[in-house]
Amino acid sequence: MDMNEIKEIFFQECEEQLAELESGLLRLNDGDRDPETVNAVFRAVHSIKGGAGAFGLDDLVSFAHVFETTLDCVRSNRLEPSPEVLKVMLKSADVLADLTNVARDGGSVDQARSKQLIRELEALANGEAPPASVEAPVAKPVAAAPAPAAAPNDQGFVPVAFSFDDFGGEEETLIVHPTYDIVFKPKADLYSKGNEATLLLRDLSRLGEMSIHCNMDSLPALEQMDPESAYFSWKISIKTDKGEDAIRSVFEFAEWDCDLEISVADKGDVVEVTDANQPMQAVPFDLSILDDEPDAPLGVVEEEEQIAAAQERNAAVAAAEVASNVVQIASTASRAVAEPKAAAPAAAAQNTAQAASAAAPTIRVDLDRVDRLINLVGELVINQAMLSQSVIENDANGTSSINMGLEELQQLTREIQDSVMAIRAQPVKPVFQRMARTVREIADITGKSVRLVTEGENTEVDKTVIDKLAEPLTHMIRNAVDHGLEMPEKRVALGKNPEGTVRLTAKHRSGRIVIELADDGQGINREKVRQKAIDNDLIAADANLSDEEIDNLIFHAGFSTADKVSDLSGRGVGMDVVKRSIQALGGRINISSKPGHGSVFTMSLPLTLAVLDGMVVTVAGQTLVVPLTAIVETLQPEASAIHSFGASQRLISIRNSFCPLVDVGRILNFRSIQANPVEGVALLVESEGGGQRALMVDAIQGQRQVVIKSLEANYTHVPGIAAATILGDGRVALILDVDAVVSASRGQSLKLEASLAAAG
Amino acid sequence: MTYLAKNLTNGGRELIAFRIGDQEFCVNIMSVREIRGWTPATAMPHTPSYVLGVINLRGAVLPIIDLAARLGMKPAEPTVRHVIIVAQVRDKVVGLLVEAVSDILTVTDDNIQPTPDVSSDFERAFARGVLAIEGRMICLIELEAIFSHLESEAA
Repeated sequence: MDMNEIKEIFFQECEEQLAELESGLLRLNDGDRDPETVNAVFRAVHSIKGGAGAFGLDDLVSFAHVFETTLDCVRSNRLEPSPEVLKVMLKSADVLADLTNVARDGGSVDQARSKQLIRELEALANGEAPPASVEAPVAKPVAAAPAPAAAPNDQGFVPVAFSFDDFGGEEETLIVHPTYDIVFKPKADLYSKGNEATLLLRDLSRLGEMSIHCNMDSLPALEQMDPESAYFSWKISIKTDKGEDAIRSVFEFAEWDCDLEISVADKGDVVEVTDANQPMQAVPFDLSILDDEPDAPLGVVEEEEQIAAAQERNAAVAAAEVASNVVQIASTASRAVAEPKAAAPAAAAQNTAQAASAAAPTIRVDLDRVDRLINLVGELVINQAMLSQSVIENDANGTSSINMGLEELQQLTREIQDSVMAIRAQPVKPVFQRMARTVREIADITGKSVRLVTEGENTEVDKTVIDKLAEPLTHMIRNAVDHGLEMPEKRVALGKNPEGTVRLTAKHRSGRIVIELADDGQGINREKVRQKAIDNDLIAADANLSDEEIDNLIFHAGFSTADKVSDLSGRGVGMDVVKRSIQALGGRINISSKPGHGSVFTMSLPLTLAVLDGMVVTVAGQTLVVPLTAIVETLQPEASAIHSFGASQRLISIRNSFCPLVDVGRILNFRSIQANPVEGVALLVESEGGGQRALMVDAIQGQRQVVIKSLEANYTHVPGIAAATILGDGRVALILDVDAVVSASRGQSLKLEASLAAAG
Repeated sequence: MTYLAKNLTNGGRELIAFRIGDQEFCVNIMSVREIRGWTPATAMPHTPSYVLGVINLRGAVLPIIDLAARLGMKPAEPTVRHVIIVAQVRDKVVGLLVEAVSDILTVTDDNIQPTPDVSSDFERAFARGVLAIEGRMICLIELEAIFSHLESEAA
């Protein structure tokens, strides 16, 4: 494992920490006052700072430091987490995310913004009211910080004085070379990670005048000695003007693998200043665990082993370095609650679990490996189907043992496939969380007040789907806030809550994931849309369109209802792009809008991009696959049920309602004249737009799970066709794009639809 | 491999020559992945007539292009004797239906003559030069031209 890989893991962890940070802040914003939530938020920032420090990411470190400092004020109840404070903190979380991204991918951050936030954070830490609000509760002044030696209070916190780098302001007190007493007791892990106590002591000696005493009391008799254990500890007395931070930084990489106690032996008449991060004074120095059971793993060690195991075993040493980022969470937590060390395992495990938002042990796997596995399983499924088919063809009688074996094989492959698919399944939560940021930013720019409500964040869906969801969702949320919601004054005038609500929901529905984005804004202005469509020659001036059809016009290329090109709209990204990216995912998007009450966008997406349950049908000598999710029912039309409608249309009556018949072979240009419906089978399908159509095919071959193969990989998008698959006989079959066929049957030919899309 | 390497170090390059009707063409061997026999392709709707459909190439979906039709000649009537040249064109893999593969040529740039000055779309779009070898005339074509046209047309 080289440095880059370690760094990559750090960034992955950063992502988790940032998510934890944001969700924690949002919980606080909702009135959660659980100290553990504050701790989780603090830990997230602290971990990022720690890791960033190790990689020399100075910008990130310095921002995280200021952020952490302010969070510490909240943690020690010196700063009330009011909405105004949290607003600053949420913005800071965004900047922290930006800085992390820049550190990973390069680019630049909005310097002015981060500087501004640093000022705001510092102001908050200084006990100044948040800048944007007048009536905000004034934070308790820092100067009133309790004495450092205070015992842990009821919440398990040690209120600490705040550490200013320059010791400026009203706290100005001269600290002249105080003497610190340090007890440094390494654990075996310190050595196993390649740290060396003597080197640490040497670094320490550079800080000032030092006297050192080695404690060898716990050294056992030679025959009982475990060569991999740690027996020595040191008592150090050092006189330095560098402050406790400097001492701590010597032990920065070792602090999780040793017991470290720093106290001020001779402080004279100065106000003691401890590191805000280290409310540790009250922890009784507990040697008992290591003395009694040198091999007993602490919770911290357990966590670490778990993570180390997740990494490649043979890279365990390198992994352990990285793992220490996570371990840090645990150790900080256990220190923060100032519990006796013996109680740490449970607390640490709990905290880490919370921080990683997954209780079960997990491993991190390269996505490429999973993809390879999925492809292989796909091949396996095809091969299995081919095998079954040829056995059936060649052995009409069917020896029972072969058949049984084949059936078992089929079951097993199906199970393997499901399990492999489940590996990639992930909750949509990260994407939803990212949307919270988008909403904040746009609300800021537009000056609107917006609340984002999310539901069903834990709904799981394939990782590739999640990844591709972010872009269209971001765009739609922008639209919802920018175009959908009214300005607060207007909302009040309309009798609405001045704060607009954007609701983002995810749920499973019949083998697909349905994501809904609803706003309570003004809805689609149909008159305007219609006029615009006429101006752009999309529809004829006298066209008779239903409300639904008008709403759907916004999905056409180059269509934007914004009068002027603002910062948000007019970026050349329209709803047509959204629609296309959703379609590229095998999904559908639908809009329903009520003027004055808002709009709802509904996206229906497949859970995975790899397999699909399909109905295998024959059309004009071709084998096609129709996604099962689209089919409502199949029926054998009788001549009496078929009615001609106008010159070329035909309808089929189903339970007293009439449904247009669509000849699939005709619409795909596989044949030039319509087939006789009575000779075929009708598949009643429902498009996402709500319209029903009876698709005519020649015959149904059966139902099968098929592996989706991209046509675009080697060719290009074909109108009317969603993808391809490989059948049991090794031949390629095309998967029908039911929605495209249905909308084509509404009038425009598939070709026309395609050229419209291409025009954008 | 050594043979290839030697010729490449000599500044030469290898071309694969094939026949369509009574004409011979060649493409750079570096873009050819494999040569396989004809298998019936699955037809696709709304595609240009020279796209015969798609076949399964070890799990990947491979479009098959009738090169004769693509070059504006009489469309092929594929038989088992026809071959498919599987070629890499930029990031995509495509199958080209031709009548037969005839030769592997090692040439240097000096052997390639500029395309004769005829006024046809064919010359402008596909031909990148001609080779005179043993009294034969072999036209060097550029695969990207074949595909770029396809992409813009079907997109």
